[in-house]
Amino acid sequence: MFKKIIILVFFTCFACFNTVFAAESGGMPQLNPEFWISQIFWLIITFGILFIVLTKVILPKISDNLETRKSQILENIETADKQKEESQKKIDEYEKIILDSKIKAKNYFNEAREKILEDINKKRSALEKDLDEEISSVENELSELRNKSGEKINKIAAETSAELIKELIGEEVNSSSIAAIVEDQAKLNKERKDVV
Amino acid sequence: MASNPMYQFNVYRIGPEIKLGSVDISFTNASLFMVISSLAILIIFNLGAKKKTLIPDKLQLLSELSYTFVAKMISDTAGSKAKPYFSFIFSLFMFVLFCNMFGMIPYAFTVTSHIIVTFVLAAFIFIGVTIIGFMKHGLGYLKLFVPSGVPMVLLPLIVVIEIISYLSRPISLSVRLFANMMAGHTMMKVFGGFVISLGIVGGWLPLSFSVALTGLEILVAFLQAYVFAILTCIYLNDALNLHH
Repeated sequence: MFKKIIILVFFTCFACFNTVFAAESGGMPQLNPEFWISQIFWLIITFGILFIVLTKVILPKISDNLETRKSQILENIETADKQKEESQKKIDEYEKIILDSKIKAKNYFNEAREKILEDINKKRSALEKDLDEEISSVENELSELRNKSGEKINKIAAETSAELIKELIGEEVNSSSIAAIVEDQAKLNKERKDVV
Repeated sequence: MASNPMYQFNVYRIGPEIKLGSVDISFTNASLFMVISSLAILIIFNLGAKKKTLIPDKLQLLSELSYTFVAKMISDTAGSKAKPYFSFIFSLFMFVLFCNMFGMIPYAFTVTSHIIVTFVLAAFIFIGVTIIGFMKHGLGYLKLFVPSGVPMVLLPLIVVIEIISYLSRPISLSVRLFANMMAGHTMMKVFGGFVISLGIVGGWLPLSFSVALTGLEILVAFLQAYVFAILTCIYLNDALNLHH
């Protein structure tokens, strides 16, 4: 678009100016073949030298430089990746150690608790055993006493009844028969109690 | 005389007249600017290639960016087979670019505004590409003129058109660059002349136009160098990889 406009404007300008300056300029200097050979000659020389020097000296340097930079960057990235991996490994190790020590601490705690609980249980069971023994011995004593008390009561009852009879009838009664009666009575009482 | 917009394209002898036999090969202002452009390219890229630091400085970055730019251009248009021709296309692109850019300096001569220069470059490219094509494919390179999938009736016409378009390549390539350069520089000269003739009262409009044109011309200078190089790549692609 721009090019078209420029060329259009150029040609109109050129047409105008060409008529104005036709006398002194004689058209486009580009079409004057006077220096064509010279231009071609110098173009070949300058462009040839430029091409040769660029090809042989400068471009290999630039491409080398680019290559080394590329490889160096790749190397750096590689080492960075390696170091990253290593650090990741170290972090993993560190976390593992921490986890292990946590588990160990928990185990120690649990062991200590179990030990203490065992101790407590042992002591309690020992204490309970002692208590049970004592209770059973006391109970034995009590039952013995109770058994004995029945006989004693019978004896006392026989004696008191003998005394009472003596007072009442002024005559001594055979103590053994009284005792037998009392015993019978006590047995009856007991049976009645049991029935009740 | 100097107000003639075509005057800037005049070639004149600098120094003594040099004759090779009966042929005049005198050093002219055109030769001077060819030498200046080539030297500038060599100096800049030599300085850029000298230091081999991992982090490039400005010149090194410039040279490396140009290198990768041209390398990418070639690999995009002509593929990996065109790698041996990288240095030629690089030199061509840089030469045209620097000649165009040096032409943008006031009072400088624009080498590429001369049809003979651009035509010699284009003709060299045309001949080189044709030789490469015939060397790679033998007579099979002539298949370039016979596109596949064309009905037999149209084939003679198409082949003629293809041959004409192929033969007109050097002309279109050279005229494109030459005409763009000449048109741009003439326009700038014309508007510059308007600034003078309209004076302080009416000269502002052409002056602003001239400033805008300078920017546009710098763009065109780059663009035409790029187009020249990329068309070379496309022609090379035709020669290296027969698609038809």
